[in-house]
Amino acid sequence: MTAETIIQSLASGLLMGLLYGLIAVGLALIFGLMDVVNFAHGEFLMIAMYATFFLFAFFAIDPLLAAPLVAAALFVFGAVVYLLIVRFAVRAKANAGMVQIFSTFGLAIVMRGLAQFFFTPDYRSVTHSWLGGKTISLGGIFLPEPQLVGAAVSIAAFGGLYFFINRTDFGRALEATREDAGAVALVGIDKNRVFALGWGLGAALVGLAGAIMSIFFYIYPDVGASFALIAYVTVALGGFGSVFGAFAGGIIVGLVEATTAMILPPSLKSVGIYAVYLLVVFVRPRGLFGSI
Amino acid sequence: MDTDFAKRRRRDLIVAACLAVIAALVPLFVKDVYVQNIMVLTLMYAALSQSWNILSGYCGQISLGHALYFGLGAYTTTLLFTKFGVLPWFGMLGGGLISALIAMALGYPCFRLRGHYFVIATIVIAEIALLLIQNWDWAGAALGIDIPVRGDSWLKFQFTRSKLPYFYFALGLACVAWFVTWWLEDSKWGFWWRAVKDNPDAAESLGVVVFNSKMGAAAVSAFLTAVGGSFYAQFVSYIDPESVMGFQFSLLMALPAVVGGIGTLWGPMLGAVILIPLTELTRSFIGGSGRGVDLIVYGTLIVLISLARPQGLIGLFSPKRKEAVR
Repeated sequence: MTAETIIQSLASGLLMGLLYGLIAVGLALIFGLMDVVNFAHGEFLMIAMYATFFLFAFFAIDPLLAAPLVAAALFVFGAVVYLLIVRFAVRAKANAGMVQIFSTFGLAIVMRGLAQFFFTPDYRSVTHSWLGGKTISLGGIFLPEPQLVGAAVSIAAFGGLYFFINRTDFGRALEATREDAGAVALVGIDKNRVFALGWGLGAALVGLAGAIMSIFFYIYPDVGASFALIAYVTVALGGFGSVFGAFAGGIIVGLVEATTAMILPPSLKSVGIYAVYLLVVFVRPRGLFGSI
Repeated sequence: MDTDFAKRRRRDLIVAACLAVIAALVPLFVKDVYVQNIMVLTLMYAALSQSWNILSGYCGQISLGHALYFGLGAYTTTLLFTKFGVLPWFGMLGGGLISALIAMALGYPCFRLRGHYFVIATIVIAEIALLLIQNWDWAGAALGIDIPVRGDSWLKFQFTRSKLPYFYFALGLACVAWFVTWWLEDSKWGFWWRAVKDNPDAAESLGVVVFNSKMGAAAVSAFLTAVGGSFYAQFVSYIDPESVMGFQFSLLMALPAVVGGIGTLWGPMLGAVILIPLTELTRSFIGGSGRGVDLIVYGTLIVLISLARPQGLIGLFSPKRKEAVR
């Protein structure tokens, strides 16, 4: 193995890691806001990929142009899921933790079933797009353009999120609600509205990721499941609720995956990610950047 | 209150005995193989969910990686039988013991984790085991293993002509899992577990050895789950990593308890009796024509039940039961 191949795979690992961060950040945002893990997160990604695919197939809209549309659609979807399901799940008095887990799990199963029913289990792909299949050579290192753009979108999204949380009124309301959902009611903030917007925002971010992913991944009803576990590990690795922990977690996951693939057979590449997760939480039970 | 509790326990035991006798008589009247198959699966899931409930329901340590122990049971029995000719009965016992030991070895670092960190650790560990088995050629890799048919015998626990022996074994397993839970409910362990679930810090300060009681729950739960796995391997006579160790299976094991009532004695049974026939029937009646309908029905049911009756359907039968236990 030459130095060049090592740099090559680390570079692709880094790009993929930034995308993992973008997939995971919505999960981290929602968790930070209201201590709920959305176990249908992978299915949010799945419908975003399908939405991109259908915009491409019926209206010939390139995934890059479709991305903002898909993000907007997912925003609405996320808010609706909060208002119809999660709002009631967090009110449960008995077995609160279980209810959150299984109500969103149930939603995931329904979404998967609906996707099979309406879209069939066939594998789809966006056959030609502006970026699909193109690569850039940087000093002998080949980088695929879709992943490169995905990484740029991810960095921009994290930058935007940072600005949003720290500089806008809604962002401050979000922070305040996350610190004390009871106290914000006293200053006239409607907790439910903030939560609904938080779910919308979280879903919009994974929608953005889904639109980019559809350029270079097959689209099928179970596609979310394979990325969901990586997203949970990414968020937990960074520390639940830490939005920027998700960014760091994504990069670590991408790099570890690339490194594992160099050492072990490719079919075992996820073992490295899972092992690193276990190692980190055994040493730091709250993840890398999680607070108590 | 103490006498109420004792009275309830006696009543539970009598009801269980009656139900077991009735269940044992059902095959005399129901000869249809398809229906018998559903009954076997229902009893198996009841037993599995009851075992899951010990760790996740009573002790409150939510595991979504129990497919690991199920798969270990299935693989231990099958590998010992196909590679070394060891009878499945020994494989069953061996698989159970191995699973219990592994559950404790994994519990040692994992039980320090709380909440979602623990849940994700259980998923991730099962997933690592799944990937390893999928890449282990000697154990059949991703393709799995066919269990060769050597004729009908209780010794080899293989029956080709009739499903009845499987039915009675599954019934026995469900009864054992129920009885173990019933027995543990009133033991020192049972009280420790409920204390650990409600408030681990308070329990610790009152002298409950939180760590040991979690380990105990994990070992019992893993042992019973592995026996279920051994049974399943013999029942379907073919196993592959995804179907016995996949994440989906961890969920399927948990759902009857969730639907029936987590941390209750009867919840897993009730949940299995409702969920398994429903899934099998939707699959065969609607599933064929429009793929995914079974998932839609199943998922909707889970969402509705967890929102409308978070304490599970068992609460419909005796709403005051929960208070009586405390």
